[in-house]
Amino acid sequence: MIDFTPFMLSFKLAFVTTVILFVVSLPLSWYLANTTSKIKPFLETITALPIVLPPSVLGFYLLWALSGNSVVGQFFEDNFGISLVFNFTGLVIASCFYSLPFMVQPLQGGFESLNKNMLEASYLAGKSRLITLLRVAMPNIKPSLLSAIIVTFAHTVGEFGVVLMIGGSIPNETKVASVAIYEMVEVMDYENAHIYSAIMLSMSFVVLLSVYLFNRSYKKRIGV
Amino acid sequence: MIEIDIEKKFPQIELRVKLDVENGSFVAVSGNSGSGKTTLLRILSGLEEARGVIRVDEDTWLDNKTYKAPQLREIGFVFQDYALFPNMTVEENLLYVKKDKSLAKELLEIVELSEFKDRYPQNLSGGQKQRVALARAMMSRPKILILDEPLSALDSSMRKKLQDEILILHKKFNTTSFLVSHDVSEIYRMCDRVVVLDSGKIIKDGTPKEVLLKTSGSQKFSFEGELLEVVKADVIYVAIIAIARQIVEIVISKDEAEKLQVGQKVRVGTKAFAPEIFV
Repeated sequence: MIDFTPFMLSFKLAFVTTVILFVVSLPLSWYLANTTSKIKPFLETITALPIVLPPSVLGFYLLWALSGNSVVGQFFEDNFGISLVFNFTGLVIASCFYSLPFMVQPLQGGFESLNKNMLEASYLAGKSRLITLLRVAMPNIKPSLLSAIIVTFAHTVGEFGVVLMIGGSIPNETKVASVAIYEMVEVMDYENAHIYSAIMLSMSFVVLLSVYLFNRSYKKRIGV
Repeated sequence: MIEIDIEKKFPQIELRVKLDVENGSFVAVSGNSGSGKTTLLRILSGLEEARGVIRVDEDTWLDNKTYKAPQLREIGFVFQDYALFPNMTVEENLLYVKKDKSLAKELLEIVELSEFKDRYPQNLSGGQKQRVALARAMMSRPKILILDEPLSALDSSMRKKLQDEILILHKKFNTTSFLVSHDVSEIYRMCDRVVVLDSGKIIKDGTPKEVLLKTSGSQKFSFEGELLEVVKADVIYVAIIAIARQIVEIVISKDEAEKLQVGQKVRVGTKAFAPEIFV
């Protein structure tokens, strides 16, 4: 009998991360798309860093910043009685850093592709930036919204290095599917490794295919 | 009364405009591209910042301590590229500005698009889109209507139709209107004042008649055109010139033919005869 707990854990992690990142990234990417400020390149660099950094580097810094010996870790231990490493909370925090660019970049690209005159027409109609974002900008970048959400979700399901460093491999707590596969291979349990890997592969394929199919039909519908 | 006295520096030009406009007038803003027409109107609507003063009636929109946000300026703006909201139907585009169904209905009737109210913008022609944009701009009952080359992408019959509709709306809603345009006949038909900009400064300001009639109403013809070709026919030379949408042939002398260059802007005129009008 296959134990599906690692998969459930992966999906729970991916779901929570995607929700948090969506809420955080919307205003951030909207700001980045509209600003001409000098700090824009710096913000863009910081958000893009997780793409180029080895997961072990990111994991090491997060471990250092969140552990009980650090200011942040100490603060949470003393005030809320929670530890931020080697548990699910730690995984969520780490995943939010790790997957941030996969949410911000498609959203920013979508916002930047919008007709600026259209946004100005909304401002001149007396609408605030927030109303314009919700009623004009977001409905007109549906493919970017979908890409951002799906790719962030999928990328979080697929992460390995960072979760291993922050979470370790505690069953039912931090042992996600990718970590489980790694351990199976380590103990030469190839049969289960095959099954787990095949499940991951086929799910990823289906998810990505549905994104591309949606974008294709959307473009056809609005006649681009 | 709208009082504008603004300046803004760019790498190439410095925009410095002082302009007082009576309420209810229809002002054409003309000039070469890069002369600052669009920037001036964007500053008036608050989409671009500038130094100086803008006062509308008793209300200060801009001075060294005030900057009224575009949201609060009560301006209707029609963009050259329509700038409709693709995720909304024609009617929703209007209602987005203001939830006033009866006004939306009335405006759609004026621009003759009532039957298209449930269509999405991508299923409309260019002329229809621009009429939706015009109706949408009037939904807030703006004090000022700004039209940034709204008709330049349309064919001549659609232009005329839209010109009429713009005039109807301008009068009905008693707006002060600004039209960016290069089209002399359009300006003549629609506007009671023309302001010509060059490199960010006003170089001409007056009624269309004063500014546009180059021959000051004498019985002479003079048209600007572009020399397309000089053809030698036996002993004479024929210059082929494009004037507006017509091609004309003019007989010229050998000396003239040698001086002219293809592509050159030329004036074709004639003197001392009584013109007749053919209908």
